[in-house]
Amino acid sequence: MNKLCSMKEAIAASVTDGCSLVIDGFTHLICFAAGHEIIRQGRRNLTAIRLTPDLVYDQLIEAGAVRKLVFSWAGNPGVGSLHALRRRSEASSPERLELEEYSHFGLLSRLLAGSAGLPFWPLNNYAGGDIARVNPSIKTVTCPFTGQALAAVPALRPDVAIIHCQRADAEGNAQVWGLLGSQKEVAFAAKKVVVVAEEIVSTERIRKDPNRTLVPGIIVSHVVHEPWGCHPSFVQGFHDRDNDFYVKWEDISRQPETYRAWLEEFVYGVKDRQDYLARLETGLLDKLRAKARVCEGVDYGY
Amino acid sequence: MATELSAVPTASERMAYRAAQELRDEDVVFVGIGLPNLACNLARATHAPGLFMIYESGAVGAIPERLPVSIGDPSLVTDSLAVVGQADIFQCMLQRGLIEVGFLGGAQVDRWGNINTTVIGDYANPKVRLPGSGGACEIAVHARRLLIVMRMSKRTFVETCDFVTSPGHRVNGKRRAELGMPGGGPTRIITDLGVLDFDATGEAVLAEVYPSVTPEQVRAACGWPLRTAEALRTAAEPDVSVLRLLREKLDPQRLYL
Repeated sequence: MNKLCSMKEAIAASVTDGCSLVIDGFTHLICFAAGHEIIRQGRRNLTAIRLTPDLVYDQLIEAGAVRKLVFSWAGNPGVGSLHALRRRSEASSPERLELEEYSHFGLLSRLLAGSAGLPFWPLNNYAGGDIARVNPSIKTVTCPFTGQALAAVPALRPDVAIIHCQRADAEGNAQVWGLLGSQKEVAFAAKKVVVVAEEIVSTERIRKDPNRTLVPGIIVSHVVHEPWGCHPSFVQGFHDRDNDFYVKWEDISRQPETYRAWLEEFVYGVKDRQDYLARLETGLLDKLRAKARVCEGVDYGY
Repeated sequence: MATELSAVPTASERMAYRAAQELRDEDVVFVGIGLPNLACNLARATHAPGLFMIYESGAVGAIPERLPVSIGDPSLVTDSLAVVGQADIFQCMLQRGLIEVGFLGGAQVDRWGNINTTVIGDYANPKVRLPGSGGACEIAVHARRLLIVMRMSKRTFVETCDFVTSPGHRVNGKRRAELGMPGGGPTRIITDLGVLDFDATGEAVLAEVYPSVTPEQVRAACGWPLRTAEALRTAAEPDVSVLRLLREKLDPQRLYL
């Protein structure tokens, strides 16, 4: 089945007010294009889930789309704070966001349970510290075989997962290389999956390298072709991280006025991703484009 | 361009160098963000070429050709031995017990090596909201040796952490063994003034000071009554060749220095 559609159509069909959502990616493959489309469509009261909510989650928060954040590390990686989040989570904040907090392993374990069709997931963690003390979803179980006490977290089944990949076919068979983050667990845990790809290729091309497929099309509902959809994040083999932007973001996001002005110019003020890319500084994309490091491939013969 | 090279190390250079000395060739190290990232890459460029670097992002046996700007940098992937999902990193590498050395920093540390990276103030109504645990809690639980790298002040070396994100040797009066934590806990705190070791009770004591730093200065920068080891050592400092390596090759953009 051909599931190709525009980002606008994919978001309109899958992200509803009040739903729970993951736009996954760990530094790598973070689909900013999807986040910006959600802001433009004016979604509200979302439960935003990710191990590492970063700039695009902060932008969703500033735009008023998020009611609750489920996370394990919230910052601007390598640079500093998420200021929209901080303005809504500190003692001096007039409005407050609901926070549900784990460590990476804990939140990942919730997704592992969801992806495996189990009600909970055990992990050897949290003994003595305060994370479990402030989060009632972290409980203790006793191993029925050894008697060992372990932490347990409940399965998480997000309503929607948005997964960016290097290439996919029209059915949503998605191939990923480089850092994989928790994309596989997120995709299998979610009730609905949107795949966004740098390149749309034929199913024959996917079949030539089946080990590369991280998400099979049978769990995917929409496929979007959105090259450069991850900027300023990076895509291995396609483009580098725009680190200058992450550094500049600290100043842009520190004051609500400059933050809103940026959203007006680069999110509300553009109609789609192509329009956003056209507004970037001339020559930037060429500067970020990856230098080739092609691997030799393998023999699938038998 | 030839530049005048100061032979006096900055605080960050001291800490990166001293932290690198803790790493042995072929140690399996879980590389953290910030100065630890620089320390590990310095160790690999000098005395520990076989250092086996694992990054939380999934890169295993990474040999980055540029200093990674974050722990999820694409240069960690290129030429690494393996790239795995984060579930494999936390379950198969860390929880399985394969990590020898972990590195952590934080906003607060106490005498037992408990670390706070979550909030300053009350959890429900914090004065400052910090990024949170990330993988820090599980690194503290599972690494066989844990190195803490932090600048020292009364604000950061505190009597009691506002929140214990990553457990040290003793949490709320209970020892690691009682709490069932498999890892060895903190082995050293490397600071800009000196180095703290942990005694048999799990308490941090001053063990090394840098040349030109006095034990009184270190105690004045500590929020608890810091005890001093009987044999106080002088902490090793980087020489000019190491400073040149740090400044000109490893971190020319001063991302961490």
